[in-house]
Amino acid sequence: MSPEPHPAQSEILPPLINLKPVNWFFDVNRAMSLWPVTFGLACCAIEMMAVSMTRFDIARFGAEVFRPSIRQADLMMVTGTVTKKMAPAVVRLYEQMPAPKFVLACGNCAISGGPFKFEGQYGIVEGVDQLIPVDVYVPGCPPRPEAILEGVFSIQEKITGRRWWPGPEEMPSDPAPPAKAAT
Amino acid sequence: MALSLAVFVQIIVAVLLVIGLMVGNAVVMVYVERKACGFIQRRPGPFEVGPRGLLQAVCDSMKLLGKQIFVPGNIDWPLHFLAPVVAFLPVLLLYLPIPFGPYLTSLQVDDGILLILAFAGLGAVSNILAGWSSNNKYGLLGAARAVAQSVAYEIPMIMALLAVIFMTGTMNLTTLVEGQGGWPWQWNIVRQPLACFIYVVCLVAETNRAPFDLPEAESELTAGFHTEYSGMGFALFFLSEYANMLLVSFVCAVFFLGGWRGPFLDGFWWTFAKAYAIMFFIVWIRWTFPRVRFDQLLNLNWKWLLPLSILNLWLTAVVVKLAN
Repeated sequence: MSPEPHPAQSEILPPLINLKPVNWFFDVNRAMSLWPVTFGLACCAIEMMAVSMTRFDIARFGAEVFRPSIRQADLMMVTGTVTKKMAPAVVRLYEQMPAPKFVLACGNCAISGGPFKFEGQYGIVEGVDQLIPVDVYVPGCPPRPEAILEGVFSIQEKITGRRWWPGPEEMPSDPAPPAKAAT
Repeated sequence: MALSLAVFVQIIVAVLLVIGLMVGNAVVMVYVERKACGFIQRRPGPFEVGPRGLLQAVCDSMKLLGKQIFVPGNIDWPLHFLAPVVAFLPVLLLYLPIPFGPYLTSLQVDDGILLILAFAGLGAVSNILAGWSSNNKYGLLGAARAVAQSVAYEIPMIMALLAVIFMTGTMNLTTLVEGQGGWPWQWNIVRQPLACFIYVVCLVAETNRAPFDLPEAESELTAGFHTEYSGMGFALFFLSEYANMLLVSFVCAVFFLGGWRGPFLDGFWWTFAKAYAIMFFIVWIRWTFPRVRFDQLLNLNWKWLLPLSILNLWLTAVVVKLAN
């Protein structure tokens, strides 16, 4: 006997315990463990790889667990040009993601179409926010890995309401390079 | 053994302690694994969440608790919800016969290793339940791979352990430890090096860890059998994976590395130190070796490990017979 076919249950229920400290606790935990989905569209994806590698190391902030399955991911980095051919797949991926979900539009193409936006163009979606809600925009063509890190910090700030890490202006300036010994 | 009240209470306490051990082990191992991965790739790994990133695993588990449980369409829903539980529950039973220390054994079973090997097979059942019920082609492929892999690698694993059992003449894990001495040259690894090697290879394959993580090969199968699981279902699979790793490490420590016996001051700390050394070894090779292809995986088993383990078993039997 095969079970009756039934549609997916994906409604988001209101919280059973709607207390401020509890919500704050879960929000902080969510902010500290944003798992991105392994998903790249164009050259910005190369920067997304760079940000998880040695010099920039998004792992320091707990966001290096690139989950291949969208069901286990929290953060969708739309890295690159969204073509009209790709748009249904992007929307579908977003719809498959379980509820506390965040989108980071990375690079000029994902923000507005970037260099591909001109009169008479026919193949590009001019900004991924025409398809799915976007939380944070990271400009750049492509953005530096530091900018992507900054985008992740902004999402953390958006979730918890405060910024967690010092910005570049608050960091102590680099010490002067040691004087080279005269040769 | 009469099931008296004392034994019943002992089992309840043991199960509670084992649950604590499993959860604590998962939290510690998630942190250790990500840190080790970072150090191997010349980066610090989790660093900012808590002092030196120590709270990272706690944050991850809390986040998974708060994640929406997404139920895909047209699934076989009783099996879909049963599969993570089936993955998690048998592991509780498997820890009962393990002698952690001279007095720290939950349940004295004469055929302890038989109990462990019999119920460890349920892990494959949970994988196939998860893959089958998800209504997902990647899940189904992952489940098929998981079953082929764990059925294949169980045979040389049992053969390797059987060689030690032939040699020592006991299946009781406590007696096995008492038969070994404290110093490394008195351990079974010296007398059965080939069996130990085969067991360690099979241990990695049985727990579906890289380089043998074919059931969840990310680049081919998205996430294999747990593709459709979000939130706590995924967390339970994760928990049972780490618990299985720890279990096979304990069995390896008891069988080949002298269990709780050490050069000085016998006690449960030696068992834990040896088991966690093997755990670290598993993490280390995960981030060092690339994944094998599926035909390579099965060829390694059927063409190398199985004949070698049969040869080893036969040699052991001959030597034991001659020595008697």
